[in-house]
Amino acid sequence: MELTLWTYEGPPHVGAMRIADSMEGVHYVLHAPQGDTYADLLFTMIERQQRRPPVTYTTFQARDLGGDTAELVKRSIADAVERFRPEALLVGESCTAELIQDQPGALAAGMDLGGIPMVNLELPAYSKKENWGAAETLYQLVRNLLKQQLPAPGSPKADPSRWRSEERRPRVNLLGPSRLGFRCRDDVQEITRLLAGYGIDVWVVAPLGARPGDLLRIPSADANVCLYPEVAGAACSWLERSFGMATIKTVPIGVGATVTFLRELHQTLGLELPAELMTADDGHCVAETRSQLPWYSRSVDSTYLTGKRVFIFGDGSHAIAAARIASQELGFQVVGLGTYSREMAREVRAAAAELNLEALISDDYLAVEAAMADAAPELVLGTQMERHSAKRLGVPCAVISAPLHVQDVPARYSPVMGFEGANVLFDSWVHPLMMGLEEHLIGMFRHDFEFVDGHRSHLGEGAPLGSERIADGPKGPGDQNTMGTSGESRPDVALQWSPDGEAELAKIPFFVRPKVRRNTETYAREHGLQTITDEVLYEAKAHFSR
Amino acid sequence: MTSTLPQPLPEVIKESGQREVFCGLTSIVWLHRRMPDAFFLVVGSRTCAHLIQSAAGVMIFAEPRFGTAILGERDLAGLADANEELDRIVAQLLTRRPEIRTLFLVGSCPSEVIKLDLAKAAERLNVQHQGRVTVLNYSGSGIETTFTQGEDGALQALIPLMPSSDQPQLLIAGTLADAVEDRLVNLLTRLGIDNVATLPPRRSTQLPAVGTGTRLLLAQPYLSGTARALIDRGAELIHAPYPLGLQGSRAWMAAAGAACGIAPTAVNDLLDPLVERGQRALAPHRETLAGKRLFLLPDSQLEIPLARFLSQECGMHLVEVGTPYLDRQLMAAELALLPPGTQLSEGQHVEKQLQRVIAQRPDLVVCGLGLANPLEAQGIATKWSIELVFSPIHGIDQAADLAELFARPLRRRGALTFT
Repeated sequence: MELTLWTYEGPPHVGAMRIADSMEGVHYVLHAPQGDTYADLLFTMIERQQRRPPVTYTTFQARDLGGDTAELVKRSIADAVERFRPEALLVGESCTAELIQDQPGALAAGMDLGGIPMVNLELPAYSKKENWGAAETLYQLVRNLLKQQLPAPGSPKADPSRWRSEERRPRVNLLGPSRLGFRCRDDVQEITRLLAGYGIDVWVVAPLGARPGDLLRIPSADANVCLYPEVAGAACSWLERSFGMATIKTVPIGVGATVTFLRELHQTLGLELPAELMTADDGHCVAETRSQLPWYSRSVDSTYLTGKRVFIFGDGSHAIAAARIASQELGFQVVGLGTYSREMAREVRAAAAELNLEALISDDYLAVEAAMADAAPELVLGTQMERHSAKRLGVPCAVISAPLHVQDVPARYSPVMGFEGANVLFDSWVHPLMMGLEEHLIGMFRHDFEFVDGHRSHLGEGAPLGSERIADGPKGPGDQNTMGTSGESRPDVALQWSPDGEAELAKIPFFVRPKVRRNTETYAREHGLQTITDEVLYEAKAHFSR
Repeated sequence: MTSTLPQPLPEVIKESGQREVFCGLTSIVWLHRRMPDAFFLVVGSRTCAHLIQSAAGVMIFAEPRFGTAILGERDLAGLADANEELDRIVAQLLTRRPEIRTLFLVGSCPSEVIKLDLAKAAERLNVQHQGRVTVLNYSGSGIETTFTQGEDGALQALIPLMPSSDQPQLLIAGTLADAVEDRLVNLLTRLGIDNVATLPPRRSTQLPAVGTGTRLLLAQPYLSGTARALIDRGAELIHAPYPLGLQGSRAWMAAAGAACGIAPTAVNDLLDPLVERGQRALAPHRETLAGKRLFLLPDSQLEIPLARFLSQECGMHLVEVGTPYLDRQLMAAELALLPPGTQLSEGQHVEKQLQRVIAQRPDLVVCGLGLANPLEAQGIATKWSIELVFSPIHGIDQAADLAELFARPLRRRGALTFT
């Protein structure tokens, strides 16, 4: 057993759900107890999807355990295939179903499914996690669908520059973007637009938005761009092994990484490198000016960012990218770097070594929190989980990686990849730091009437509840003005709150308290009442609820 | 227990199939706030941990109030002794949070399938940490419990710790919002009922007593096990509808008054003005809701009292009222108040039920968050049901607020325009 307050990843079947939900025409039958349908909310609420995830759960209960759960699985499979008519079927189990060993995949294999491809997912829930489950599911699905096309052993490798002889533009697949990944929706758009500018077409994007039929077209691209190694790493290396397809491995997050990525792409595809991607004698390359980050970071306003201590934690690829941006492009000092992605441990260790750090490879939230406290950073770049520890330590924090929550699936265009992605990162990482500066001033001068403890003015918050009267904000005429700034107020001695009235008011949530206070006093005046009791408050509440 | 026979309703639709509901672990999301000195340790898998943080993780906790002891392969293979592992983890936890007074070991599907005896573990840990922390156990597993039934389990775990006393008292069972609880207790005091206690308490260590003088009043309909366990301790159950809406709350208070020997005139004197005022406050929401067709999907067992309130007091027409579990004894007073011909359903086959929703095209569907946005995208107005467990909705003074929760999505649809 391990004590887990917060888990960085869900169980592997959630990874499989991410693949199913990202695609069209794929359905997933999941053998799982009642209650595991909570995972639907990740897609309908956090990702704000307009449809239910394409998942059928068996939702067995205790009373089913005495009966034939295998029969329940078969019924669920038959129902799902008939009802949803998918083009490919995934069958698997959740952690509890793994214990009762009904072998749903084997059961499905013995059924007549009308000839649709069926992928039996073996996802060990007690040793593997969400990203592994997603990677395994994508790999099994690709492998299953492409087995008809496998070239004979000993066939020559696919030539990434064959687009020349075929007299067409080069084209690549973008592999890895998925739902519940970090900003995948906009990253795909940003990279597609970026590549189009260099005359490179995007052929298949998978899993996000792909149908099973689209996966069949994967081998006819010139190379695979592994945008999210955590999800597409296994599929990319299988495509490399089986079809000889080249993989672009640089993840284009940050200005430098985007330029590196473009150079790698041109070299792999045999494209001539445009002048704007070459480093000039002054050490700059013209392409970097497509992002605002370099100038924003050089401008004097950013001088105070120099040497700010930053602690970085996330999935492997986002943590590595963030470390490079923080140290080279923003001038921070990286004082901690780590990942929960054990699959990426080697790469993260190498990136940490370059910064003279020892990488923290852990999925233990408490260990990460302890490392964060030790490093005493001024800024934390992490996941939704680091926001908890950062709050505890009182350190500003920005989210750079999944796990995420609803605020990190924004309506506005917010890629983190490419040149626009770098702009987004500059804004979102520096934003909480402004608050840090303000906190310094608050620490120096503690007697201010407005900038009091806990006040975060740049986040648009009102002054905190240092004083109920101040927090109530402007009041109607005849209210005592305790600020003493206007001098125009007339204390209204005619109106008094009784202790029980005040007590009742104090129970109103603070964000509506001012309004309730105002309404109640208005009501009392209108009805010629002098004392406001709890009853008057309720009278007013009923009166104004119209 | 005796029950009044309800008037005939159509046969209850009983379906089995995919159930789109939460498991009882979700109760932790509100219980940790009700009793801030308690900690909830789930013994389960990564799925359990993921569920709770998906529900509560949008709030940022400086201090965790719940966690999961995640079973690994070594635990399943019997290579690690489960009890030693638990001891180690509990010790680790108490080091970090020494101020915890009550620790709930919460059972899950995996722990129950492998038959981990958490009740015994709780007993043993109680001895180890005596005087510092009380260790209790209940099940929140999906195979045994649905959503609010988790609270039923947690309260049942507290009952053996309640002191015995045969002093006359009124015991209100079921989590209420603080302000609502204060208000209800205050009104009962004004009625002349001085000795009012609540379960769960605001601090896990301040448990009320129970005995033959205890009159039990249920504030929530999902406490089947708790009610029976309290009756076993000598409490006498007051039969009443649940305190939702004006009539339900009035009948609930009146039943308490009657059980405690308060004169009916005193009850009328206090409550009639409140009801009349409540009706004025309710009127605008009734305008929005009257004549609208309502379909409730199973979620929390609050569906029947809500349907009763929305039909009786807001003039809504009930298409179907689904509930995850129907306790006919505890629901008797409510069933008697439902309009004749109300179609109830118990359990769920979500695909078939959604087909009925689509076929009927109700004006408002009360459903969980897994279904709400997909239904909205199909042009069907929804009210997400979980909010009802997290809102102050009980009592006469809250009736208008409760109605507003249902009127709001309808008003919003009218208010939005994009062309």
